[in-house]
Amino acid sequence: MISAALLVGQNVFFAVVAAVMIVAAVRCVTTGNVVHAALWLVMVLAGAAAQFILLGSEFVAVTQVLVYIGAVVVLFLFGVMLTRASMGDDQTVVREKRFMAASVAVLLATVLVAALVDSYPDQRLQIKEPKSFANVSDAIFSQYIVAFEAVSVLLLAALIGAIVVARKN
Amino acid sequence: MLALLINQFLILAAVLFCIGIYGVLARRNGILVLMSVEIILNAVNINLVAFGAFQENVVGEVFALFVIAVAAAEVGVGLAIVLLIYRNRRSIDLTEADLLKG
Repeated sequence: MISAALLVGQNVFFAVVAAVMIVAAVRCVTTGNVVHAALWLVMVLAGAAAQFILLGSEFVAVTQVLVYIGAVVVLFLFGVMLTRASMGDDQTVVREKRFMAASVAVLLATVLVAALVDSYPDQRLQIKEPKSFANVSDAIFSQYIVAFEAVSVLLLAALIGAIVVARKN
Repeated sequence: MLALLINQFLILAAVLFCIGIYGVLARRNGILVLMSVEIILNAVNINLVAFGAFQENVVGEVFALFVIAVAAAEVGVGLAIVLLIYRNRRSIDLTEADLLKG
């Protein structure tokens, strides 16, 4: 059985990382500077990786860091460079639109949180040990092999599609 | 007694999802809209992994990995489209991309 001190530590870790993630996400969608938004996005993604580790999913956490923080954010920064951050700051959005978006988000959050609190009032996770890489890869290469092959074809198609769309002439 | 509630993770994911929705709706810069979509996809991943840990099997993790792969493809194509819009219109303001508007 896991000791009580460890459980308290897990809860504190969760609270700290969750607070950082939410602040970073809010800054990411409200900041005017495009490069700052990309850097706040890095904090959200790193926080998600930390939550995956807390949930005992090391492999997803490692993949998250490699693919998202390593590749996707760099891609975003290249996009910002290539478009010369042409909009500068994004503060010119009409206030009406921002207000509508905020009310949609708050309404949706209320409904989702109410539904979740109603559905899972007191279910607790029983994380005994991290899931091994071997189990995850066994599942991918046996039960989900068709989906795996489909994803590889999709990635190839996306690669070629991105080149065709973005090249000159 | 003090073990982590599954609801902690699900509510965190729900809040992140709504922040991403706000970003998609309120932003005009194409690149910032794509970043908000990434926040949404991450919220979904947290949900999947949390349910995988709750059910004590690897299915949640496998699907989270597939979501990560599809998100990478989505960002590649999305940024290519934003670059194309920029090249054609000298702006990535999505409110100006209204060629298909009747």
